[in-house]
Amino acid sequence: MRTLIHLLIGIFFGILLFKSEAASWFRIYEMFQFDAFHMYGIMGSALVVGMIMIQLIKRFKIKSFYGEKIVILPKEKGFKRYMFGGILFGLGWALAGACPGPIFTLLGAGFLPIVVVLVSAILGTFIYGILKNRLPH
Amino acid sequence: MCGAGKHADFFRFDWKSQRWNLVVVAGTIIGGYIGANLLSHESAVAIDPSTIKELQTLGFESAGMAYLPSELFGNTVFSDLKSLALLIIGGLLVGFGARYAGGCTSGHAISGLSNLQLPSLIAVIGFFIGGLFMVHVLFPLIF
Repeated sequence: MRTLIHLLIGIFFGILLFKSEAASWFRIYEMFQFDAFHMYGIMGSALVVGMIMIQLIKRFKIKSFYGEKIVILPKEKGFKRYMFGGILFGLGWALAGACPGPIFTLLGAGFLPIVVVLVSAILGTFIYGILKNRLPH
Repeated sequence: MCGAGKHADFFRFDWKSQRWNLVVVAGTIIGGYIGANLLSHESAVAIDPSTIKELQTLGFESAGMAYLPSELFGNTVFSDLKSLALLIIGGLLVGFGARYAGGCTSGHAISGLSNLQLPSLIAVIGFFIGGLFMVHVLFPLIF
């Protein structure tokens, strides 16, 4: 049952990323050119819904489907890893025109070259794993 | 303690507790298939006319006529070293950066900011510094 719910959430997420065009390289480029509201609208509305939901969960101690308490761990404090990691991610986001979610959406949509991006991204996480202890965090 | 085991924590992947992640990913792939094949007639992205003009000056002829630029995502890229290299570099940066920053667009820009996390705000500012630098400074040099 849980697996089915997780799968359905994934399917919904995938359809949403494709149909909202958030998985389009062109939309990412347009966003960084500040030529349209499109991407800001997608992320902004998701943010507003997310903020309200999280506040409701915290205020009313809403439980999950399975009756468990919902715990959202705060992010670790820090600056360097977020700034440096963020900049590197942003460079890749604009170049490949895809962040991790859309990579899988585009794979399903049948764009074969995205496999190159996917394999490189996984390799990138491995390189991070190797260099982790030598990087400022 | 000695070299080899140093990174063991990072690479120790608990398949059982992380299975749900992989199920969501599988769903995202299926969702992409459904979105592209069952819910779309025409998937050309109607980007802003000024964006189309900018992209055409960079040599992207497919701007406004496709979902992804054929210059980077057409099947001919497998025999085009430059495009292939760009996809590889882009992928490496996305994977490395997302791990280093501890999250991506969904993790920081949407979930983290929704939970009013300062680290996520720093990461999102980083995403934009990187993205703007790529598009405005590096693109004219690359394309």
